[in-house]
Amino acid sequence: MTTSSTTSSRWRALTRHHLFWPVAVLVLLLLVNVPFTPDFFSIKMADGHLYGSLVSIVLFGSPLILVAVGMTLVIATGGIDLSVGAVVAITGALACSYISDQKDQGALSGVLLAMGLGLLAAVVCGLWNGFLVARMGIQPIIATLIIMVAGRGVAQLITDGQIITINSEPYKLIGGGYWLTLPFSIFVVAAVVAVTGALTRRTALGLLVEAVGGNAEASRLVGIRSRRIKILVYMFCALCAGIAGLMISSNTSAADGNNAGLWIELDAILAVVIGGTSLLGGRFSIGGTVVGALVIQTLTTTIYTIGVPTQTNLVFKAAVVIVVCLLQSPKFRDKVFGAKFAARFRAKAGAKTAATPADSAAPTEAAPKMEVS
Amino acid sequence: MSATTQSPTASESRTPSKAARLLGDRRLPVGVTALLFLVMYGVGLGRYQFYGFAEPQVFLNLFIDNGYLLVAAVGVTFVILSGGIDLSVGSMIGFTTMFTAWLVERQGLPIVVVIPMALAVGAFGGFLMGYVIHNFEIQPFIVTLAGLFLFRGLCLVISKESISISDASVSSMAQAQVSLGMGFVSIGAVVSLVVLAVAFYVLHYTRFGRRVYAIGGNEQSAMLMGLPQGGTKIAVYTVSGFCSALAGLMFTLYIQSGDPLHATGMELDAIAAVVIGGTLLTGGSGYVLGTLFGVLVLGLIKSIIQFEGTLSSWWTKIATGVLLCAFILVQRFMTTRKKT
Repeated sequence: MTTSSTTSSRWRALTRHHLFWPVAVLVLLLLVNVPFTPDFFSIKMADGHLYGSLVSIVLFGSPLILVAVGMTLVIATGGIDLSVGAVVAITGALACSYISDQKDQGALSGVLLAMGLGLLAAVVCGLWNGFLVARMGIQPIIATLIIMVAGRGVAQLITDGQIITINSEPYKLIGGGYWLTLPFSIFVVAAVVAVTGALTRRTALGLLVEAVGGNAEASRLVGIRSRRIKILVYMFCALCAGIAGLMISSNTSAADGNNAGLWIELDAILAVVIGGTSLLGGRFSIGGTVVGALVIQTLTTTIYTIGVPTQTNLVFKAAVVIVVCLLQSPKFRDKVFGAKFAARFRAKAGAKTAATPADSAAPTEAAPKMEVS
Repeated sequence: MSATTQSPTASESRTPSKAARLLGDRRLPVGVTALLFLVMYGVGLGRYQFYGFAEPQVFLNLFIDNGYLLVAAVGVTFVILSGGIDLSVGSMIGFTTMFTAWLVERQGLPIVVVIPMALAVGAFGGFLMGYVIHNFEIQPFIVTLAGLFLFRGLCLVISKESISISDASVSSMAQAQVSLGMGFVSIGAVVSLVVLAVAFYVLHYTRFGRRVYAIGGNEQSAMLMGLPQGGTKIAVYTVSGFCSALAGLMFTLYIQSGDPLHATGMELDAIAAVVIGGTLLTGGSGYVLGTLFGVLVLGLIKSIIQFEGTLSSWWTKIATGVLLCAFILVQRFMTTRKKT
């Protein structure tokens, strides 16, 4: 009796962990591959590098993880950043055009300067977004739309409408190189995730970000510099996008102003949502986002490996978005699984919805509930 | 701006000064956009008068070349006025071009049969998104994002390659010219103006239009007043889906092919046109005529860049972004005025 109740409560505790569903989906997706590719989980050693499906999932997913981690913090403050794709393009374009102008493209100093230049441009974009959102009080979706539209034009302007190809060994390392038998980009991602996690969970910064997302006005009244936090968060998001931009252009050794990072903002938002971060802000999970990004990349890989025509990729993605969003919607759970089940879910999710009653982004959430109570 | 509204005499204290009234006028953003259009057109006339810019046909071409964008933007205007957003517009247009081209070319259906089918599919897609948004209380942004993926994916499911349309009735329809004396316009341009007129009537003279504004202004108040917000919301997305499909058909006629990558990112052009036209993105305020001027301004940027010759196409994006920024800041300035 007691043992069964403890195991069931343990099981319940496990299923209630915020990472449970994202990880379950990820594991499920990985397992789907096994019947089609029996050696899916095997990792081979060749040329001193590790090869295998798992390695390539992480390798190709690295830019997305980076962008999504930055996006998580922006969404946690109740915002959204649509400009990350354009920032990816600008950063790659700047870095590659700088390198292609050098006499010796392999010179380390030149490459470092190019990277610094690209990242600086990215941070400036983030500063601009943050300024519009925090200082001018413009809706984040609109404020970041400006760079989303104009940014690609700027990237094409930098590359003169061409695809700039470069031939630089040190630059190649970030996105396509190997270090300690693993793709170098994995280390970059690990470092960014670790630093972000440490900053947000080992210091009060994460709490402040959540407070701002929960209620910016209230957090300002209790003495949090909510505007500064917002600006910082947009700058951080753009910086992450910039690193991803370096990675993407380095992997292909080319900068394409028009197509680099196209639609990555949508994938990143999707990753954040799958990871369990509420789009209303006030609560976030970096770990969930990383898992979410891996789910998206695994989905893409799975579609390749099980032989479904690649063009259906987007349809699958749409299906995943819809399913994940429906499962996160209390109203949907009410209707489909019955009120009892939903109430249990709500008890778990209650904290997050109750914490954001005054959120301006939540009129659709708040309005019908008022009627009920 | 309390300084301008406070006047010394008691009788005048309730009526704001002329300047404040002008700045608080909801029609001001539309006026600014119209003025901008005229100024840009004037600059164009000044710069390229020897290259035929002054010909009426250049002006009419704005409607021919941007008719589909106008129709899509009109649909988006409904959604934005209601306080929502629709990201699926570009994909829906692309999907309609594919769907139409596939049915006409590969299945041999006559275009008159295909047109209502395409419109029905578009409207149904919009209805589904509206249904999910309203009934499951998921943010419009995410639902229409799923719509974006879904319809772009369905394009690719139909075919990976573009399908060019060689059907005789389609090309005769595409090449049909409606003479206006000083020039001609295409059927698409006429359709877009009809859509604009209908939208104008619906938004400003019908109960449905009032509801759209009311929900966009303050959803909770609208609900407490007993407006059927659910039905209105779903209808708004249905209208947007229908308009996107219609825009897709016009785009098909304009370009005479279906391509899975047609109209990528056009939702942003449409949203930009709506914003530049002075509609508040928070909903509840704006005019569909502003959307017309927004589209015309965007179209004029393109044709000026064409006339300039040396300027490259990416300047279109940069100019759009700069204009968008300017208008967002103007809007922001105006809404803060209203509150104080």
